[in-house]
Amino acid sequence: MSECWPTIRITVNGQRHLVQAPPMKRLLDVLREDLHLTGTKEGCGEGECGSCSVRMNGELVNSCLVPALQAEGATIETVEGLAQKGELHPLQQAFLKCGGAQCGICTPGMLMAAKHLLAHNPHPDIAEIREGLAGNLCRCTGFMRIFESVIAAAAQSCVAEEQRGADAR
Amino acid sequence: MNTSETTRIVGASVARKEGVDKLLGRARYVDDIEREGMWHGATVRSSIPRGFIRSIGFDRRIDWSQFSVVSASDIPGDNHIQLIVADQPCLADGMVNHREEAILLLAHPDKHKLREAVEAVHIEYEPLPAVFSIEESERQDPIVWGTDNVFKTFLLEKGDVDSAWADAAHIVEGEYRTGAQEHLYIENNGVIAEYSAETGVTVWGSLQCPFYVHKSLLAVFDLPAEKVRVIQTETGGAFGGKEDYPSLLAAHAALLAMKSGHPVKMIYDRMEDLAATTKRHPSRVRHRTALDNEGKLLAMDIEIATDGGAYSTLSSTVLSRATLHSPGPYVCPNVRIRSRSWATNTVPYGAFRGFGAPQTIFAVERHMDEIAAKLGIDPAELRRRNFLHDGDTTATEQVMREPVILDQLLDRALAESNYHAKRAQFTGENPTSAVKRGMGIAAFYHGSGFTGSGERYLNSLAGVDVTPEGEVRVLVSSTEFGQGTNTVLTQIAAEAIGLDYCDVIMAPADTGIVPNSGPTVASRTAMVVGRLIERAGLQLVALLREHAGLGEHFTRAEFFAASERYRAAKGEAVSLCRYQPPPGIFWDDQKYRGEAYPAFAWSVQVAQVAVDTVTCSAEVEEFWAVQEAGRVINPVLATGQIEGGIAQGIGYALYEKVLLQNGQMINNQMTNYIMPTAEDVPPIHAHFVEIPFQHGGYGAKGIGELPHDGPAPAILNAIRDATGVSFHSIPLLPEDLFAALAARQAIEEPAAV
Amino acid sequence: MRGDAEAHELIAPGNLSAVLKLMADAPGEWTPIAGGTELMVAHAAGRLNARRLVSLWGISDLRFINATTESIAIGAGVTFRDLREHGVVASDLPLLARAASWIGSIANQSRATVGGNLVNGSPAADSSPALLAYDAEIEVVSVHGRRRIAYSEFHTGYKRNIMTTDELLYAIHLPRRFARHQQYLRKVGTRRAMAIAKVALAGTALLEGKKISEIRLAAASLAPFPTRLYRTEAVMLGEAVTAETIHAARKALLAESQPIDDIRSTAEYRRGVAANLLEEFLQSLRQEGRTQ
Repeated sequence: MSECWPTIRITVNGQRHLVQAPPMKRLLDVLREDLHLTGTKEGCGEGECGSCSVRMNGELVNSCLVPALQAEGATIETVEGLAQKGELHPLQQAFLKCGGAQCGICTPGMLMAAKHLLAHNPHPDIAEIREGLAGNLCRCTGFMRIFESVIAAAAQSCVAEEQRGADAR
Repeated sequence: MNTSETTRIVGASVARKEGVDKLLGRARYVDDIEREGMWHGATVRSSIPRGFIRSIGFDRRIDWSQFSVVSASDIPGDNHIQLIVADQPCLADGMVNHREEAILLLAHPDKHKLREAVEAVHIEYEPLPAVFSIEESERQDPIVWGTDNVFKTFLLEKGDVDSAWADAAHIVEGEYRTGAQEHLYIENNGVIAEYSAETGVTVWGSLQCPFYVHKSLLAVFDLPAEKVRVIQTETGGAFGGKEDYPSLLAAHAALLAMKSGHPVKMIYDRMEDLAATTKRHPSRVRHRTALDNEGKLLAMDIEIATDGGAYSTLSSTVLSRATLHSPGPYVCPNVRIRSRSWATNTVPYGAFRGFGAPQTIFAVERHMDEIAAKLGIDPAELRRRNFLHDGDTTATEQVMREPVILDQLLDRALAESNYHAKRAQFTGENPTSAVKRGMGIAAFYHGSGFTGSGERYLNSLAGVDVTPEGEVRVLVSSTEFGQGTNTVLTQIAAEAIGLDYCDVIMAPADTGIVPNSGPTVASRTAMVVGRLIERAGLQLVALLREHAGLGEHFTRAEFFAASERYRAAKGEAVSLCRYQPPPGIFWDDQKYRGEAYPAFAWSVQVAQVAVDTVTCSAEVEEFWAVQEAGRVINPVLATGQIEGGIAQGIGYALYEKVLLQNGQMINNQMTNYIMPTAEDVPPIHAHFVEIPFQHGGYGAKGIGELPHDGPAPAILNAIRDATGVSFHSIPLLPEDLFAALAARQAIEEPAAV
Repeated sequence: MRGDAEAHELIAPGNLSAVLKLMADAPGEWTPIAGGTELMVAHAAGRLNARRLVSLWGISDLRFINATTESIAIGAGVTFRDLREHGVVASDLPLLARAASWIGSIANQSRATVGGNLVNGSPAADSSPALLAYDAEIEVVSVHGRRRIAYSEFHTGYKRNIMTTDELLYAIHLPRRFARHQQYLRKVGTRRAMAIAKVALAGTALLEGKKISEIRLAAASLAPFPTRLYRTEAVMLGEAVTAETIHAARKALLAESQPIDDIRSTAEYRRGVAANLLEEFLQSLRQEGRTQ
């Protein structure tokens, strides 16, 4: 059977992969099983909890609801790609400092949702943060520390922007 | 006393110990782990609530030779899970007592082949009549457990309740109910097991209590202690839901591993986890209360009933805590509490954050507002008049020897929430607004640690060691599942020894490596185990001074050099301490009298709620929580515990309903079991008042469960304040509000035009 | 994961005509799948009956929003994110933009399509009440050509519609004539986000003087499929908004709606709250009538 499966080309965190998989295999399982990127978690398998959130071609998606074939040619970002050169992403730093992660199982998806939010809206207000993270269920924190983390990360990237601006001058 | 000036690391918001791993996505949860040659397991479950198993057939469309199949007859030892009473079978043997009870286990190399195989096992039953509620069980016909359907009974008496009614100025009665609640940890239950005749059973899993699992596996496999090893993997939330259930699941996977000769992974999907695993006990609490003219409590007569499900599991201890928290944080000369836990044919109810206390605190704190309304006293004032103080005695006649500062907590909560001004404002606005607002209070304590003599029986052992690699390790079976065990215990060890936070790590929660520091439950870790680590750390330094020449003041390098000398001389550098009860502790298990808890954490919470009369929905708009839980070891983590517990408590009050139909959960999907999202949780303001407890780790008491106790009564009290309608049960869904508000409207405006 | 990926075939022809040919050659054989927010849930639950699926994701022929002076055409493959971010939709069809923002979460909105929402045919579909209140037309396509019908005629029963096995939903057409209308939409869900509607009501109405000269009311979860509330509309049409007409309209809605008890709510609640929503809308019209 496996010889008739299509070969799917995907780029994950900048790395190109060829994966032979049943076309209805979930992107989540392709990431976890074929590419051994187990940072992306399954919490419900029905698109409710957001633990499997990744970015696909710049869109936030629940990877449990994406058939592998529909990821053909796609660029995927997962939690494993956030830190660069051993340095935590500002969101990861903020989550660490502000207590945004407790048990950690929702954290990878939450980080991707937060990254997606800030990519579109670098300085969200609290209502926008709530909306941006509403598809990611956290049972530990009551969300307050997560909101603070996102606010802190936004402020930090604001500082970084200013710094870059200053450097450019 | 302000100890924050005298500690370096305790009291600081250091980053979560395993935080970086979690943020990088490299923390290894059980489903992230593969073992060589691993198979996958699945469970064949009962499709009826109660009856005899008459036959088990295997559909020929499946090639069964490719599967391993385990039934009760494959169990080498005792077919029972070892909790308090060993009545729950590991696998049903001839009879089932609840829906989803495990009957057969299947394993196969390809997990996708299991679903069809499970459906191809045909079980014929002879159904028996079943009971699904406390009331049905109370009829004792049929008898579904023991001789009377009763798992446990407590009778607690102080003074003479019956003498109080005649002279009372007021007598107020009420009945209060709470529903089941699902933990909804985002990581479902899961384990991996391996078996070999030489080494025995090894289990990796998402779990709270490695030694509980260990104990059950010893019995199921009839093996000596050294042939069972349980290792906790990173655990994605638990809340009590991984206290007792993993013992069953671990046994299942281990049986399949033994039968198949392969490592076996069993990971529940969300539907199975919701349908088959434990929930919070539903309850019914009746209050009859006598008061004098001033609103002072004269007598409290309390009757508690909980639904325990099909097997006793932890129901007796849940009932114990429910009983001990049922009178609230008040002084009352005459108290009688009669409590019972009843058997029904549903999935056994189990441990859940608060462990019986949220149920009875809901009742008493709702009841206090009913009393306040009847007597025409402000709810805050009624509570103040009855609060416990230092030197008072509780219902168990425990003398409050530590400071009790409920008045201060109440004052702070009222001030922070602007309670009185807001109430006045809402009273003015509500008559002309479609949205009615109100404020509600709950005041309560939560006993830290095991009840009564529990900690003495546990006899916990914990410590620290120094490895040859130059790391100080905390040796405990206490587990991390988000609450901060790793961080808090390493902070305490570093503080006690005089090292930096980064010098101390956690030893793996592996029964083959660490001593039994007791289960990670009952808000006991920071207080009880933390104290053991504090002592062990101090003891280690003393040992090094005495035997390895460590000076009075030392550098990091000198410490590790001394450890090295000590290890060279003694073989290892380890310091273990065993639990010692605080002096003067007395507890009578028979009469339920004495020191119910070594310490209490105290809290006053205030909810601001809006009820929309168009949609009949209630939303919490803002929430304040002021608590005294001893010394706060890590403010950011502690605040996270409070906020998370409150969010879960809001869910308990207004959103989360376990829908049962003939004992089967029918809303077993996340889309239909409704927990609050990021858009539903209101701003939460948490404030700590710190009074260090001398017998807790650096002054800590329990925090984890406390915040879940108050939201439900505070919210329903606020709804009463907003609408004038009293609600007596949770979850309180819009449909319930609709029915009540529509009924009231029908009375007030018979021909609404 | 209860489904078996190997038990299902999925192909992605990549353009509309190829999909239509496939469906014409073997009618009923292929199940279209767009963003997967419905079918993949069924797949995970082991409830996906379709053995052969054809992907519509990424077919640009279906993902367009074209506005003329008279109307707006929305391709069936438009996602709810496309919809809520489109300027003309936001200005001319604010109810639809708002409905789009209520779909699940951001991650669902980036995948769920308008066409999928309608073809799935849930009685609680988030976009349906707004589309009904805006008098939407549906265009379906097959190798034999295209046809258009009123959206109010599209659903024929619980999860059933007028399409034949070789047809695809192609586009939704909305007239741009509601600028002067009073508009209302409210969804009552199980919670604020990630919620399925227990009941939702949409309304558009035009006042001439104090009288209602035009009104459309539509609801989710009051019937086996999203519906217009014609009898309730009839009570209000040509009338001034008064306490009496509001009372009559409430009565009509209570009589006209046929909700059910289910896992998410009760029939009584749905009916009663729908009447409250209707009253809220009518009261806003009454205010408007007063100020005119």
